[in-house]
Amino acid sequence: MSILGTRVLRTEDPRFLTSGGVYTEVGVDERLDGACHVFFVRSPVAHARILGVDVSAALKAPGVIAAFTGADLADLPPVKPAPMFNRAMTRSILPADKVRYVGEPVAIVVTEQAYQGEDAMELVDVDYEVLPAVVDFGSAADNDVLLYEAAGTNVATTFGDPDALDEHLFDDCEVVTTRTILNQRVAPAPMETRAAAAVWDEDGRVTAWIPNQGAQGTKGGLARLLGLGPEQVHIITPDVGGAFGAKFGADPEHVMVAWVARRLGRPARWAETRYENLVAMTHGRAQQQTVTIGGKRDGTVLAYRLEVIQDSGAHLRIGAMLPSLTILMTPGPYAIPRAESVAISVVTNTTPVGAYRGAGRPEASAALERAMDLFAAEIGMDPAEVRRRNLLPKFTEPHRTTFGALYDTGDYAAALDKVLEAAGYDELRKEQAERRAHGDTVALGIGLASYVEITGMGDGEEQPPQENALVEVHPDGTATILTGTSPHGQGHATAWAMLASEQLGIPVDKITLKWGDTDLIPEGGGTGGSRSLQHGGSAVRQAAQELIEVARERAAHELEANPADLRFDVERSAFEVAGDPDAAVPLASLAQEERLFVRTVFTAPGATFPFGSHVAVVEVDTETGKVVLRRIITVDDAGFVLNPLLAEGQRHGGIAQGAAQAFVEEVVYDADGNPLTASFADYPFLSATEVPSFELADMQTLTSYNPLGVKGIGEAGSIGATPAVQNAVIDALSHLGVRHIDMPASPQRVWQALKAAKENS
Amino acid sequence: MIPAPFDYVAAQSPAHALDLLDSHGDEAKLLAGGHSLLPMMKLRLAAPSVLIDIGRLAELTGIRAEGDELVIGAATPHAALAASELVRADAPLLAHAAAQVGDPQIRHRGTIGGSLAHADPAADLPMALLALGGSVDVLGRDGTRNVVADDFFTGFFETSLAEDELIAAVRVPRRPGQGWGYQKFVRRANDWAIVGAAAVGGRIALANMGPVPLRARAAERALAEGVPAAEAAELAADDTEPGEDVHADRDYRRHLARILTRRALEQRG
Amino acid sequence: MQVELTVNGRRRTDEVEPRLLLVHYLREVCGLRAANVGCDTTSCGACTVLMKGAGEPGGGTSVKSCTVLAVQANGQEVTTAEGLATGGDLHPVQAAFRQEHGLQCGFCTPGMVMATVGLLSENPHPTEAEVREGLEGNFCRCTGYHNIVRAVLAAAQADAGTEVGA
Repeated sequence: MSILGTRVLRTEDPRFLTSGGVYTEVGVDERLDGACHVFFVRSPVAHARILGVDVSAALKAPGVIAAFTGADLADLPPVKPAPMFNRAMTRSILPADKVRYVGEPVAIVVTEQAYQGEDAMELVDVDYEVLPAVVDFGSAADNDVLLYEAAGTNVATTFGDPDALDEHLFDDCEVVTTRTILNQRVAPAPMETRAAAAVWDEDGRVTAWIPNQGAQGTKGGLARLLGLGPEQVHIITPDVGGAFGAKFGADPEHVMVAWVARRLGRPARWAETRYENLVAMTHGRAQQQTVTIGGKRDGTVLAYRLEVIQDSGAHLRIGAMLPSLTILMTPGPYAIPRAESVAISVVTNTTPVGAYRGAGRPEASAALERAMDLFAAEIGMDPAEVRRRNLLPKFTEPHRTTFGALYDTGDYAAALDKVLEAAGYDELRKEQAERRAHGDTVALGIGLASYVEITGMGDGEEQPPQENALVEVHPDGTATILTGTSPHGQGHATAWAMLASEQLGIPVDKITLKWGDTDLIPEGGGTGGSRSLQHGGSAVRQAAQELIEVARERAAHELEANPADLRFDVERSAFEVAGDPDAAVPLASLAQEERLFVRTVFTAPGATFPFGSHVAVVEVDTETGKVVLRRIITVDDAGFVLNPLLAEGQRHGGIAQGAAQAFVEEVVYDADGNPLTASFADYPFLSATEVPSFELADMQTLTSYNPLGVKGIGEAGSIGATPAVQNAVIDALSHLGVRHIDMPASPQRVWQALKAAKENS
Repeated sequence: MIPAPFDYVAAQSPAHALDLLDSHGDEAKLLAGGHSLLPMMKLRLAAPSVLIDIGRLAELTGIRAEGDELVIGAATPHAALAASELVRADAPLLAHAAAQVGDPQIRHRGTIGGSLAHADPAADLPMALLALGGSVDVLGRDGTRNVVADDFFTGFFETSLAEDELIAAVRVPRRPGQGWGYQKFVRRANDWAIVGAAAVGGRIALANMGPVPLRARAAERALAEGVPAAEAAELAADDTEPGEDVHADRDYRRHLARILTRRALEQRG
Repeated sequence: MQVELTVNGRRRTDEVEPRLLLVHYLREVCGLRAANVGCDTTSCGACTVLMKGAGEPGGGTSVKSCTVLAVQANGQEVTTAEGLATGGDLHPVQAAFRQEHGLQCGFCTPGMVMATVGLLSENPHPTEAEVREGLEGNFCRCTGYHNIVRAVLAAAQADAGTEVGA
């Protein structure tokens, strides 16, 4: 019986449960003995010229070793935006001229002890010439206030041509409806905030401990920003307490910690507070979307247009380019004859926007699923029926959309049917009708979302997606795997061990996984975009298979037999001569004289496309506007499920974050760019009481793109849950005339929508 | 996230605490559970240079019946208050309010005296005390003076405590079997109330409808005149000064005050 | 100032500054790094430990060690996640978390486990709603709470109660 597909408990857990994970802030390493502590003085204003930074008082505070301003870091190269962006939107690691968001670092203070830092920071005096702030990204493109004067605009880039929209797109539609909606800014808020520790050797090489989602990418980023060759940087990855897209590459703070260590000639460390994390770790989402959808009264959708304004925040990070993925996934799982989308990315005086679970694809689904419900409401058809009529029919050969995405396999209607059945959809509609007939003040809402999403993307058409793995068997019967992925909760140590165990016959608990040390593993794509299992896992399996073939040659020599006559018995983890079990040699023994290992690279033909459908059931108190999430039922089909325990955990986490965006969480700024949700007391971070237990239905439509048949599951839950919950809230109130409520459906927003609907009736 | 430096003294007795308050003046703050004060100090919104710990003084703990009142030591943690059989029998609204504060860990440390002295208009216990018509025993140099709840909260995070006084005990009337209602409206579990309403006897108190916990006096008067509860509740927002924040604007707070008051009255029966 | 605490059953005496938070005392002074700091506002519970007065019955009540001064804990007994397991075996709550996959990145886990031990000592057989309310002071970003709730209910079933290892 294969171990694949079984619920193997995590080998990681005993350590996490007893002594706890070792995260960067508490890591102990003799190379960091005597480390100084780095603190960042941050701008309290959203947009200002820096007239002067006076650190003289701070330098006299107890324990202060040094203090630095932007002028001190002038030796660092300027940070240029990626080629697709306005090239004049260049900035510095530590600004000397102006600040562009509340929380941007303006000075560095370094102390002997951690407790001395905040005392010293209070004494740094910064003179600002406050400038007007542009916070409303709908009007940022008006360019009344510019963040980067040299750029002459706040528009960083455009996707498609907003001036070349097809004015005839909806000509043959009996019904057309349009709406501008908000996919609001949220904070990834992993439980572990950012941190770094760095030390240089005499050869000018830096070793840095940084929580990340891909050590190799962080190494490249740190090297580039420090103006070093990559061989001068060594990244070590401690345990990482969650990331969700916001710990890719290198942040300015990481660079500055390394710079301080070099400047002072001693190790340096930093760990951010939650306030810093909520204002200076990249945010997620932040798109304004205008959806226009048209079709026939029989439910056929004929045309769909999506226009996006992406709020990139003050710096051009990953978020600024995510509209390209939103656009790619415009039509979702539907067969829409004509669809078009365009986007612009603008800079604003707010925290830079990065990737956040789903990164561009949840935005596409949320817009599309809202549009489908708006259309359904317009023609008075049940939202499930509208979806059923428009979903692409089942396909097993790759299907290319008009947007250039090549969906590998899909059976969207089956996912919809399955989730409707699991939810008891018809009974729910009946209950809803009864409550409405009774005039119940607690309204029941049922929301749907069907989605398809892209996982395991490569780096463009020229570079197909790939990942490397090294598997080694040791003479003592244990094994080690080196992976280019970068787990931070996903359980790769267990999952990759399962894959190796299945091939090698070595028990899971005798297999150790290593990752995240760039001297040990120079190449790797990290963990993000739901790539790890399909690429990294496939690589592990392939390496183990190739190792068996290397071992076979040794065994043949040992047994003086023909390799073709040997059989590898996984149960015994031994080679035997076919038909003669006593003539056998254990796999581990073949490592005695010479190391037994294989490094391989697995290359996939392309990205895969998991899909699913979600049903959310909410109750809305129509007197107060409070939303209670009663049930979420989901189908998330990501192909073969290697370890149901881990896959379910990924779905749960994604569903919770997706639901949180729909009705609980939001980052809020006032008109001057002051963040109003910069603590866990103010930012409505989802707690256990806001969500129910989830109901997961199982569906596995394999892909042909890798031998395991797996697609990526990590982000799927968040992509389906957000629109399902949002649609459910609006559905609850549709009989009262409510057609749309922007996210999050906070009590006040719901109450205001009810009031407006009442006034309009 | 780290408080500014301070000196710490564990008071040996309430009298000792008063001596220390006297000698340090406005540089000193009292510390019991620390779950109102320490969060503020960690954010550097408060920076006393001396903390006087009264959290473990036996004289300030304990719950007892005294005639027609319950007397609750100021350093009684919320969890103990919530679990007290005596309070649940004789002043259940207070036990319930204590069980709503924050989360379990906070309730194991935070005290009723600390919460009242902090005087957050959005908090549970100030509103509850006001609804119950309770009072506070304030210990000073000249002995104990009793301040009724209506007079205790004087401004935004301000009370009638002088710098050299401490809360020794809290008193509430014993009313076993009396109906009560308590409504705390939050967006998310361990938040402070966006608006709160508590109703017991003929009194209605509101949380987060002004700089101090407020009595909904117009609604109370209507009730006293025999107006049905639902109608009386419509007056709950009268003479209130709700603020605005990320959760609610004034209009919405006024609306919530009316709804929650009606619901609290329905619970009260 | 000098403080005397019993931490995971061992008495110790240390010199600390008054503003030293208990969580930093445990991590930096005692070298017990399981408890984590996840926020600035006593919201997230990643720092949760058990604390009680010397001689008091039971295993202690759950507290957020980021909002307790080490000097306030003078003379108290503190138990951290490292102190739960006995003789190499996982405590029933820890075992339940593993069994139910109630942890992913592990950052919230020690605090979540200690909060659970505290919860079950006060309410040995909670309903699901009581579990969710009982953990309202412990945030998790990875699990969506689903398997954490399952772990707590499983531990309650196994009658974990107030068992706290030496």
